[in-house]
Amino acid sequence: MAGVSEPLSRKGRIAVWLLRLGLAGGLLLIWHVATMSGRVSILMLPPLAGVARQFVLILQAGEFWDDLQVTIFEVVAAFAIAALSGCLTGYLVSRSRFQVRVLEPLLAGLYAVPVIVVYPLYVLYFGLGPASKVALGTTIAFFPIVLNTMSGFGGVAPIIVAAARSMGGHGWNMFRHVLLPAAFPVVLAGLRIGFVLSFLSIIGGEMIASYQGIGRLIINQAEAMNTATMYAYIVFLIAIALMVNLLDGLLDAWGHRP
Amino acid sequence: MSGPIAPALMTRPAWVRASYIALFLFIWELLARFYADPLFVAPPSAVARAVVDILSDRGVARALEVALSEIVTAFTLSLIVGIAAGLLIGLTRIGYHGFFKIVLVLYGIPKVTVFPLILLYFGLGAGTKITFGFVHGVFPILVAVVAGVQNIDPLLLRAAASMGAKRRHVFRWIVFPHLVPSLFTGMRLGMGGVLIGVILAELYVSALGIGYYTTRFSQGFQPARLFALVAVLALMAILLNELMRLVETRFSRWRLAGRE
Repeated sequence: MAGVSEPLSRKGRIAVWLLRLGLAGGLLLIWHVATMSGRVSILMLPPLAGVARQFVLILQAGEFWDDLQVTIFEVVAAFAIAALSGCLTGYLVSRSRFQVRVLEPLLAGLYAVPVIVVYPLYVLYFGLGPASKVALGTTIAFFPIVLNTMSGFGGVAPIIVAAARSMGGHGWNMFRHVLLPAAFPVVLAGLRIGFVLSFLSIIGGEMIASYQGIGRLIINQAEAMNTATMYAYIVFLIAIALMVNLLDGLLDAWGHRP
Repeated sequence: MSGPIAPALMTRPAWVRASYIALFLFIWELLARFYADPLFVAPPSAVARAVVDILSDRGVARALEVALSEIVTAFTLSLIVGIAAGLLIGLTRIGYHGFFKIVLVLYGIPKVTVFPLILLYFGLGAGTKITFGFVHGVFPILVAVVAGVQNIDPLLLRAAASMGAKRRHVFRWIVFPHLVPSLFTGMRLGMGGVLIGVILAELYVSALGIGYYTTRFSQGFQPARLFALVAVLALMAILLNELMRLVETRFSRWRLAGRE
């Protein structure tokens, strides 16, 4: 309720941090004690120290490197194709108000479908290699990019365009100095959403059916019941995901710079 | 001949949209019939026939039923836990300051990363699918509930208190109406998440359920049936999404009405 979110006093802030630390420490302690006592199957919950050891081993041995490269290639390729086709299509459609009204509901409707359902079709066409992941990532990233490009360029206030035109703006000049700056933040938001979605769906696709990639690597550990290694890889993957989030945040800040 | 009618229709977006879709299907039909390899691509007419076909297949119908029940279960769980935890976090100081940041961090972690973990604990059955759907669905609902109860104007609460409202009155007449629109937005987002989670898990498990049939149809080179199954699944997702959207607009009306 209102008032709940008001800033805490100094004492309150310390209490909150103690609570959080206690929670995290308590969980880790329970984990450690439970696995040390031998009551919990090692297949279900590996010892905390074992996970930490595996994590260090993974970083030292670097055997994830091949798979990570495959995944990075897939994400970059999918994003590049989606960004190019999405921005181009979006821009062309945005030149006609009527076409925007025709296509917007259609594209928004398709965007709401969980695209992962078409993955079996892509596996049929492109096989288990990187191509099917690229196709999946492209499809998922295309929709937010095209929709945002359409609304970005379509939403430039007519009065601005008219003013620029009356001052002699046309062609490339008009695009570079009027349309692009006005549309850019919206387009960038679409690109960001597209990038994150394609990254996640590619990991998901690798888990479903693949023989390479970071998603496959982790699911292999689960299938082989290498629980400690699996936990370590999950920590690794979450770290990568957080880095992607960080990158995304930086991009967001850059897009909103004055 | 078509002079006065066709141009008139072509000024309506809905008609143009329909004609685009028709054109797309027509080209697909032509290409699939005369050029493409029938082992990989099926024309829309064959897909339409295959929809009837697979729906009358007991195994496929059963798999779809199971998937739907997993979606409903995961969504219901997300809703119950999301509302309960959201109220606890949104309405109490200790909950808000102690846990809301933790929730936001968990919301930000991509759920695919924990899929192997869930798989390990819940196996190949419905447990994995429901749990994976739930972890996708619960966070948007929880965050929306917190946002909803945070949005209440303090003035309303003070006014209610000064007029002698009891706690349950405040809840019924102030908290609840503020909660509802935001909750339904959360439900729409949560449903999207649940669909992704359940379908991804279903496709992963190739020994039974929908994953079994997608694997079988693609390995057996039955593209019409594979297309049909994908189409039915997509249709199911669209219908559930639309349902949520309708409910959302219906229940958010009171708030929008004041703004216009």
